[in-house]
Amino acid sequence: MAVTAVDAAAPITTADGVPLKVSLARTERRKTVTAFLLVAPLLAFILVTFVFPIGDMLLRSVQNPVVANLLPRTIDALESWDPASGELPPEAVFAAAAEEFARRHDEKLIGKISGRINYDLSGAKSMIKKTARKFARGQADGVTAREAFVNIDKRWEKVRTWAIIKQAGRDPTPAYYANAVDRTYNEAGDVVAQPENRQIYVKLFVRTLWVSLAITVACLLLAYPVSYILSIVPTRISNLLIIMVLLPFWTSLLVRTTSWIVLLQSQGVINDLLVWTGAIDDEGRLSLVYNMTGTMIAMIQILLPFMILPLFSVMKTISPYHIRAAKSLGASPAKAFWTVYFPQTLPGIGAGSLLVFILSVGYYITPALVGGRTGQLISNMIAYHMQKSLNWGLAAALGAILLGGILALYWLYNRLVGIDKMKLG
Amino acid sequence: MSEQEVFVQFKDVQKSYDGETLVVKSFNLDIYRGEFLTMLGPSGSGKTTCLMMLAGFEATTHGDIILEGRSINNLPPHRRDIGMVFQNYALFPHMTVFENIAYPLEMRKVGKDETARRVAGALDMVQLGGFGHRRPGQLSGGQQQRVAVARALVFEPKIVLMDEPLGALDRQLREQMQYEIRHIHESIGVTVVYVTHDQGEALTMSNRIAVFNDGVVQQLASPDKLYQEPANAFVAQFIGENNALSGKVIEHDGARCTVEAEGGHIVQAVAINVDGTGSRTTISLRPERVIINPPEGSVPNLFDGRVEELIFHGDHLRTRLNVCGHDDFIVKVPNSAGHVDIHTGDTVKVGWQSTDARALDAPEG
Repeated sequence: MAVTAVDAAAPITTADGVPLKVSLARTERRKTVTAFLLVAPLLAFILVTFVFPIGDMLLRSVQNPVVANLLPRTIDALESWDPASGELPPEAVFAAAAEEFARRHDEKLIGKISGRINYDLSGAKSMIKKTARKFARGQADGVTAREAFVNIDKRWEKVRTWAIIKQAGRDPTPAYYANAVDRTYNEAGDVVAQPENRQIYVKLFVRTLWVSLAITVACLLLAYPVSYILSIVPTRISNLLIIMVLLPFWTSLLVRTTSWIVLLQSQGVINDLLVWTGAIDDEGRLSLVYNMTGTMIAMIQILLPFMILPLFSVMKTISPYHIRAAKSLGASPAKAFWTVYFPQTLPGIGAGSLLVFILSVGYYITPALVGGRTGQLISNMIAYHMQKSLNWGLAAALGAILLGGILALYWLYNRLVGIDKMKLG
Repeated sequence: MSEQEVFVQFKDVQKSYDGETLVVKSFNLDIYRGEFLTMLGPSGSGKTTCLMMLAGFEATTHGDIILEGRSINNLPPHRRDIGMVFQNYALFPHMTVFENIAYPLEMRKVGKDETARRVAGALDMVQLGGFGHRRPGQLSGGQQQRVAVARALVFEPKIVLMDEPLGALDRQLREQMQYEIRHIHESIGVTVVYVTHDQGEALTMSNRIAVFNDGVVQQLASPDKLYQEPANAFVAQFIGENNALSGKVIEHDGARCTVEAEGGHIVQAVAINVDGTGSRTTISLRPERVIINPPEGSVPNLFDGRVEELIFHGDHLRTRLNVCGHDDFIVKVPNSAGHVDIHTGDTVKVGWQSTDARALDAPEG
């Protein structure tokens, strides 16, 4: 067969004239389909049990349907009213509210409304229920709706009450996010800082970040020498030591955390030992648990393996000849460590720190059990709003901020270090 | 180079790792300034240990290592001013080629301009000018090896140690690098101590070779002397290809001896390392010194050999024969014009000069 000159401009084709790219795509498609089918069950599982519920939960941070759906005419009537005017809403608003309150009371839905408004106005719950109950019994004749309201409770005479109801009727609403960063709406509907004694979330976020950072640094300092030893001892010994590092993983987190209580409490093992040795006297027992100290100690112990394993896997790959080479080239042992060994462990430090930091930012069980009042982190507050106050919107907003913060950190890490350089084991 | 100036001296050096066995047993060696000395031996023979003791990574269990008249036993590696090239290059992966080579200069606080100049010079020396900005991972094995050589030389060390530096390279590249390292040695005149288990490498590169076995130097000599005049059976066997005929000395007359090989064949040989009449001996004979079908009366040793195997090697034909009861008797038949035409199963005459047969010690057991 004669060799034909290949026209540079023409696309390369296979022997029977099909463009090479098409042919290649056809043969690769089968592989792609197979790969997709292999992951499809897991993907479906994750979508149904994880992604959709989480997405739904996050949507609640802006959704605010209760008041808007249950008091539609009141909210409509409030639309034209400006709280900044300093005057109470027009009579139409009171009339609509009286009628809707009575109806929702009969439908046994008033609890939802009162509960929602109570988030923003404490005491509103009983006030609204009382008002609705009275309206449901029948309106007094000869008085305006407004007078009826004020007769039932003086607080209906305040502009602020109605401003809050107007705010609560907005859907979607930024109110939960505002709350999550210690902001609220004033009577004029502007975003303002919460009163001093109600500012808790920002402080808690900052505390969570600092605690997580401290735990990460402590884990790094403790894990680095251990990982180094693990990487240089013979495999037989290092396997044994790795098993000891992994041993806690095979024990329930709950068991480990509660055993810390046994160890750390004021009548616990450590304090008893210190008293027995005479290091402290009986009155001076250290408070090591139910505070931030307890949270830190327990979390460092629990998260340590997440730092050791990536460090170990990176150190394992560093040739011992590098240090020798550095020494033969004139570097003192300390200098050789800093200029040759340490830089090569950075991917492990990055991976381990990121892992420990992200885990501790969202850690819940341990601070809940050993944190007491002062050792609580933001995750405990999210749990509180999920389980106790049932303010899911605020919980979702707090969770979304946390998630956003972690994604931002991840992005920053990727920009600075490069995620492909990370080694997890 | 000033011929006989002793530069490094190993004095009765012993090394044990476990306190039960000696890896290096009473090692004595003088290394001259500017020479290329190779430590050659099978793995586990103690050669690398000796190198590591010289570099300072292993402590001597007994004895002294003396550099320029001063004992360096207690000098840490980074103060010895000894360059080293490792088997796996040991280039720092997080640094560029330039930074790698500048590293020893940086440790010595050499100024920036001077560093740049010397690194550029070192890169040119190993023919890698323009590769300074690359990372070691982007280089081929041979290029990495050159960077390692440049790094070990750039700070003008007193002595350069090379620990099987070409072990990881393929054959062609290895041969090319052998010449390059040799040329670098010749042009800058640095003292090189080279460790290898590859005898070909040792023969082509060295001024002198110390053959190691079992923690002891078996022979220290120049390559040609080592090849042509092995001092004992180990060296004869280890260096080059060798036909070994075991037998008993029946007559011993100073420089010459007569040996009765297996099957009653009488062989005339040069007595090198025999104890006297009646002792066991191994006759060493280089395959290229054996003549096939020699002219009548030209050689004192003449035997029948049956051709067992023929292997074509291009420039020569490797022939395995059964001679004097040994069926692994190798003869190299040069593929020259008019060479002997032989086939498997033929019986031919083989012969050699008695000066080419060297009677050495009999291996134990």
